[in-house]
Amino acid sequence: MKIANKKITAERLVRDALKKAKHFADYNIFTFINEENAIKKAREIDEKIAKGEKVGKLAGVPYALKDNFLTPEGETTASAHILQGLTSPITATAVAKLEAEGAIMIGRTNLDAFAHGSSTENSYFGPTLNAYDKERVAGGSSGGSAVAVALDIVEFATGTDTGGSIRQPASFNGIYGLKPTYGCISRYGVVAMASSTDCIGFFTKTPDDMDLLMSIASGQDPKDMTTLPDYYNESDAKNERKPHKIGVIKEFDNESVNSEIRRALKEKCELLESKGHKIIELEMPSLKYALSAYYIIVPAEVASNLSRYDGIRYGFRSENSTSLDSLYDHTRSEGFMPENKRRIMIGNFVLSSGFYDAYFLKAAKARTLIIKEYEKAFSKVDYILSPVAPNPAFKLGEKVNDPVAMYLEDVMSVSLNLAGVPGLTIPAGRTKTDLPLGLQLVGPRRSDKKLIEFAKELI
Amino acid sequence: MDIKRENILHLASLSEFSLSEAEINKLGEDLKDIIKYISQLDQLKTDNVEPTYQVFEMENIWRNDEIIPQDAEREMLLALTKEEQDHQIKVPKVL
Repeated sequence: MKIANKKITAERLVRDALKKAKHFADYNIFTFINEENAIKKAREIDEKIAKGEKVGKLAGVPYALKDNFLTPEGETTASAHILQGLTSPITATAVAKLEAEGAIMIGRTNLDAFAHGSSTENSYFGPTLNAYDKERVAGGSSGGSAVAVALDIVEFATGTDTGGSIRQPASFNGIYGLKPTYGCISRYGVVAMASSTDCIGFFTKTPDDMDLLMSIASGQDPKDMTTLPDYYNESDAKNERKPHKIGVIKEFDNESVNSEIRRALKEKCELLESKGHKIIELEMPSLKYALSAYYIIVPAEVASNLSRYDGIRYGFRSENSTSLDSLYDHTRSEGFMPENKRRIMIGNFVLSSGFYDAYFLKAAKARTLIIKEYEKAFSKVDYILSPVAPNPAFKLGEKVNDPVAMYLEDVMSVSLNLAGVPGLTIPAGRTKTDLPLGLQLVGPRRSDKKLIEFAKELI
Repeated sequence: MDIKRENILHLASLSEFSLSEAEINKLGEDLKDIIKYISQLDQLKTDNVEPTYQVFEMENIWRNDEIIPQDAEREMLLALTKEEQDHQIKVPKVL
């Protein structure tokens, strides 16, 4: 990525990014443009450079921030009406780390409200358009972030991945997108969706950029008790033994997966074999149940996490309520999108007495089997290469009225979140109609750095 | 399983929101489809399998019982609410 120095000023980098953001306004990528502050920060960095003072590893690098990260710059809405008006007094740890190295946020990006969705069509602000075809979805939930990077507006963007929300839009827009190991990056100051699967990650144009961002953002945070002790920067990725064993999942190779995606997977396997790596077919029968387990566990956690939005302390408050109860009711009725309501109701259903054992407990047991299946797989192979989603970017409006069809787009991505393992989307060519194709490289827990390094073998 | 109108209204009430007639009909259909899909789990054998609720390698994390400064002051938090009076958040009557 381009980093500010004596020849290229931070102000130039930031102004170019702002100009491109305006040029691509019709893609509906941004919910907020941080023009004034971004230029001010860029000038401060340029002054330091002019004086010969030390600047950070991301000096003057313009980036886009998914609108579910809290910072005092612009409202943090998570693209939901119920959070409109919230200007956060606090800064998310991940953002503080990036900005301490000189990165400059030029805008907040659109998402499915509260990150509930796979197309960005569930945003209160309307959908973001795909970088390669304006009639198609950007993917989601981090659609705005993916398109901001794919259109080269910014060098990188942040995302969150609860069931595929980084990997799938990265795949739909032909860029890299990493969902790290669960607990690798602090979630302090990020709007919670499902606490047992939520992960922070990035969109980049190269594996090296991803590595740089991970080296900065990862690590234990006293403000997030679910962060792992630092391991990312201690990983020795360069001296990996070669060749590697790469698993492909037998159950994912069937007619329900788009033929061009299957072809892309085959071509990447051939490329790996030509470099001396070994491809091994894996049977992972429990993954068939991952989507059902996911759409029980995650709504249950969503129902709990979204119970805090009541219009009292921040964000939108419905007017003309005569009692406290009606204030809660009106605020939540008017403030949530239909998909938010669906997930909260499903969550309350699977947690309610009479259904808990049949749904929530059953899903928690399925989760154990899925974790064991990944452990078994990684006793046989170093990494797994698989499709991210069964189809390339679909048409706007195609699935938005059929929630099950939309959920099925997540069928290959959610199992990683249930198991807590990392996954990296890599670009894998184009379809005949020039839509991007992507694949995901999956590794055991804490293999993030090696995964990024190995992705270079697939270029 | 069959999802009746009263089930939808009960779930909305548990969720602390109301639904319009159109929403009751649409969400009723959606929930039926979703529950039918997730009920596939019935086919998975889970005898003698322990449930997993989180994937963090959790251990108790201890710290001294000290007051740690918070990122946001009281005034900053109060400034986020719609109505404030005497350093308190004002809401409609409770009773």
